[in-house]
Amino acid sequence: MGKVGIIGVGQSSFVRGYPGSIRELAFEGFKEAMEDAKTQIKDIDASIIASAPEYDKQRSPAGVIAEYLGLIPQPTFYIESVCSSSSMGLRVAYSMIKAGLHDIVAIIGFQKMSEISSSEAQERMGRGADIQWESPFGTMMPAYYAMYARAHMAKYGTTGEDLAKIRVKAATYGQINDKAVYRKSVTMEMFTDPESNISSTVAKPLRVGDCCANADGSSCIIVANEEKAKAMCDKPVWILGLGAASEAVNMAGRDLFTGLNVGIEAGKQAYKMAGITPKDIDVAEVHDCFTIAEMMAYENLGFANPGEGKDLIASKETYKEGSIPVNIDGGLLSKGHPIGATGGSQIRTIVLQLRGEAGEMQVKDPEIGLTHNIGGVGLYGNVTILGR
Amino acid sequence: MAKKEVDDRFKKFGTVSFTAITKTNDFISYLEKGKVMGTKCKECGAIYFPPRSDCSKCFNSNMEWFEVTGTGRLLSFSELKYGPVGFEDDLPYTIALLDYDDYKVFGRISKDISYEDLDVGMELKTEFNTLPNGQLSYVFKSP
Repeated sequence: MGKVGIIGVGQSSFVRGYPGSIRELAFEGFKEAMEDAKTQIKDIDASIIASAPEYDKQRSPAGVIAEYLGLIPQPTFYIESVCSSSSMGLRVAYSMIKAGLHDIVAIIGFQKMSEISSSEAQERMGRGADIQWESPFGTMMPAYYAMYARAHMAKYGTTGEDLAKIRVKAATYGQINDKAVYRKSVTMEMFTDPESNISSTVAKPLRVGDCCANADGSSCIIVANEEKAKAMCDKPVWILGLGAASEAVNMAGRDLFTGLNVGIEAGKQAYKMAGITPKDIDVAEVHDCFTIAEMMAYENLGFANPGEGKDLIASKETYKEGSIPVNIDGGLLSKGHPIGATGGSQIRTIVLQLRGEAGEMQVKDPEIGLTHNIGGVGLYGNVTILGR
Repeated sequence: MAKKEVDDRFKKFGTVSFTAITKTNDFISYLEKGKVMGTKCKECGAIYFPPRSDCSKCFNSNMEWFEVTGTGRLLSFSELKYGPVGFEDDLPYTIALLDYDDYKVFGRISKDISYEDLDVGMELKTEFNTLPNGQLSYVFKSP
């Protein structure tokens, strides 16, 4: 059985308040990927549509979007694992191609977070966890990650300053990514300046600056079997490893609060499948929905030992010129986090890096890249390893 | 024909309950008696908090209730400055997780403990409380 290659990648700009419908938003990422793949609609054997359904007014969006993109009568269906939906879509596309069911599959991730009003969004946010046993206490995503931050601080002496350094890095690269929603600089001083919104508390110890930027956006990844990928694409990027895991939805069902078990487990699977170790990774995209999430990802993926993520960022090893560049496109923190589109956007960034087409964000000659995409508060995790 | 009675006791749980009907509805009746209860599988002895009506260890639904007693270690906590719709009047409040060794309990820290006095590792107890809106809940207090 041959390899599975990525032959086309695309994404829309990540923006606040996209001035169009979800099908029009999905079209943007799809169009870019189709142009990149230099392929035709008739060559796409199936499509997988990914988003987080609580933001959609459209029931069962897959059919509506597939029709708008011209992907009928090919099969289409919907995949959901909240923020890691499009990475899970890639996993399913890989297995369909390996099974010989299809030759070429498109994974289209999208999210129009502004589809619903902010009060509707606030209401849904309250139901982001275990609705029976935890939501009645008034939980929110930032507060759950804040609990991980507090536990990390208590065990390892991590500080708010350590976390702020991660945001400063993200903003450094968000400014040079023309698809990013947050294009401004963030400085260490802003985290201690009471006049700056960045320093304002959301859920202690996390501040506005520790939290990702909500956005509307779409992404698309087109994958093909080895034969087609080689025939159609000058620079196919191969899927070397895939990992996926799940965790108890409620905090009471977990045993680790200084890291995410799904990141550890999915990482182990992906490294094993690719036959490599963390040292072999040349460039990575990790799920930095909050600064603490990137810190834990360093440790959970083996870029740093547990508790030593703060040293990795302090020494700037995760900057573009460092030993393990991470989120050189601004990450979720600055590029933005349109939930269903995020995984596909991470894959796109790594594909461009491996092809040497990342422009100002280009890392020096990477051969192997990794994406780490988390759904919910460590409820789902996907790790994907790609190579030239 | 008489209207079928619906057991929706669980809608009384927490500031805003998102669940009305569950086989663990007796949790609410115990709360009304001032008791915070988990479940234990009568077949294999597995202990569950939050309580479950089915055991995923041995696939039995033969459960009994046990009371959460003593103290648990504070594993982590966070004070929220923003809350979801329906929780505005509670702000700011602190969510937390206690470790009772055999099980963990997620909930809120009592308002009579100031945030500055909280420390990971400290011992707290779980106690039933009635919320200002009449709903039933439990809260973590100093032992």
